[in-house]
Amino acid sequence: MDREILKILSKNSRLSNKQIAVMIDKSEQYVADKIKEMEDKNILLGYPALIDVEKTQEDIVTAYIEVKVTPQRERGFDEVAERIYQFPQVKSCSLMSGGYDLFVTVEGKSMKDVALFVAEKLATVDSVLSTSTHFVLKKYKDNGVIFNKKHKDNREAVVL
Amino acid sequence: MNVKKMIAPHIEAVPFSGIRKYFDLIYDMKGAISLGIGEPDFVTPYNIREEGIYSLEKGYTHYSANAGFIELRQEICNYMQRRFNLSYEPEKDVLVTVGGSEAIDLAIRTIVSKGDEVIIPEPSFVAYKGCTLFAGAVPVPINLKAENEFRLKREELEKVVTEKTKILILGYPNNPTGAIMEYEDYVEIVDFLKDKDIMVISDELYAELTYSGKNHVSIANFEEMKDRTIVVNGLSKAYAMTGWRIGYACGNEHIIEQMKKIHQYAIMCAPTTAQYAAIEALKNSDDEVKEMVTEYNQRRRVVVDGFREIGFDCFEPRGAFYVFPDIRKTGLTSDQFCEELLKEEKVLVIPGGAFGECGEGFVRATYANSMENLIEAISRIERFAKRFM
Repeated sequence: MDREILKILSKNSRLSNKQIAVMIDKSEQYVADKIKEMEDKNILLGYPALIDVEKTQEDIVTAYIEVKVTPQRERGFDEVAERIYQFPQVKSCSLMSGGYDLFVTVEGKSMKDVALFVAEKLATVDSVLSTSTHFVLKKYKDNGVIFNKKHKDNREAVVL
Repeated sequence: MNVKKMIAPHIEAVPFSGIRKYFDLIYDMKGAISLGIGEPDFVTPYNIREEGIYSLEKGYTHYSANAGFIELRQEICNYMQRRFNLSYEPEKDVLVTVGGSEAIDLAIRTIVSKGDEVIIPEPSFVAYKGCTLFAGAVPVPINLKAENEFRLKREELEKVVTEKTKILILGYPNNPTGAIMEYEDYVEIVDFLKDKDIMVISDELYAELTYSGKNHVSIANFEEMKDRTIVVNGLSKAYAMTGWRIGYACGNEHIIEQMKKIHQYAIMCAPTTAQYAAIEALKNSDDEVKEMVTEYNQRRRVVVDGFREIGFDCFEPRGAFYVFPDIRKTGLTSDQFCEELLKEEKVLVIPGGAFGECGEGFVRATYANSMENLIEAISRIERFAKRFM
């Protein structure tokens, strides 16, 4: 594993192995090997882009859903989580401490679309006791990136 | 009245910085990338900014003690101990100034009389010479050599010391070259200085930005030099706080006391909002600094590699955020190089000659810029340089 490579990729996964090699003062081969190794070990799982969907004019609605479930003997929450996260509409699924059990992010084309998914698929899963759906109205910051705020260099071009 | 005649000759005689003309050239230029800037591109970490905001909210808008809030001086002492193993007492040995620049000016003015000599190893930060001249003293340059990685050698120092020498100014990690001085480099210098009546002003603003794998070493780390050295540091570079204007001087109490007198009459105190923010910075931001240093180091490698790939000789800069490539292979003077490059490829670098005569033939490029800008700038410089090489 190489934390520095991971950090660089988490900020910008479009840099070439050669560029990364220069940045961390290692050979290109080293970077290629490390990335391969981390992919094989499922440490590096993919290289998705972060998109401000609002600007793509595509209709996507996101909802955060609190789900209460009954844990199952021996399997705990894992089995019901697996039932839920396999739906393609589910973008993330986490086990939580506190007032509910699973926190699920769902995306759909419209609010109706999401509502239908919750009513027909999610709420009807065995051992789901209740759901509470919160629609996202506006995203300000996601994955450490602030939306709608292009970094502007406002330094003086020449100082002393 | 002819107002121009009213200007004191020794002030008028000091030339403006050679960098100034580039300001006019780049002003209004669309799509230009400036590698001419001597400050971090990072914005001050939010916890620090927030502390400044909080102090304003609370209405803390009055003067502080002339020397700076005692809490801040205490944090400065903790920091100097923690990071550089230097111990100072907050009540006597520390003065908070308006940026490191003020501390340099005060230190020079406190020590020199008219006609005294101040040794300035060059290439160097341009203010040393100016402040020396304003104080009525005589700047004595040492032309450092690229083959020594712009480190100061004992022989070079010996040659220029006279009985009029009062100050040696050291600026390491160095602006504009990115050079550093390590422990071994100081041994001979210290041996020479230890029985001379010469004070050292050690400008260590870039101390945190050291990429040698070893910690920054100050000449004040040598016991014989502790009292003879005024260490100047500040928050501008390490904490990305240039606009806040917080610097400080640490040294022997008698010198600091006199510096404080000038500061008192001329400045009163450093801005209080910035002082509150500085306390937070020194107390709680080591991780943020580390993160920025890692990123500077990555960019540094990309830029050094870029210049070398083009075919320039470029020594390995192990400090600050500058590279100082030798551009003589193009056959251009550094002034021509910078002016043509800006006009044709819209990339600004600064001619080395602006930092002392021996900087001619080199240019200073700052890598305090985003990786994408740096990569783009390097490719433009390559396109430009290929026409001459």
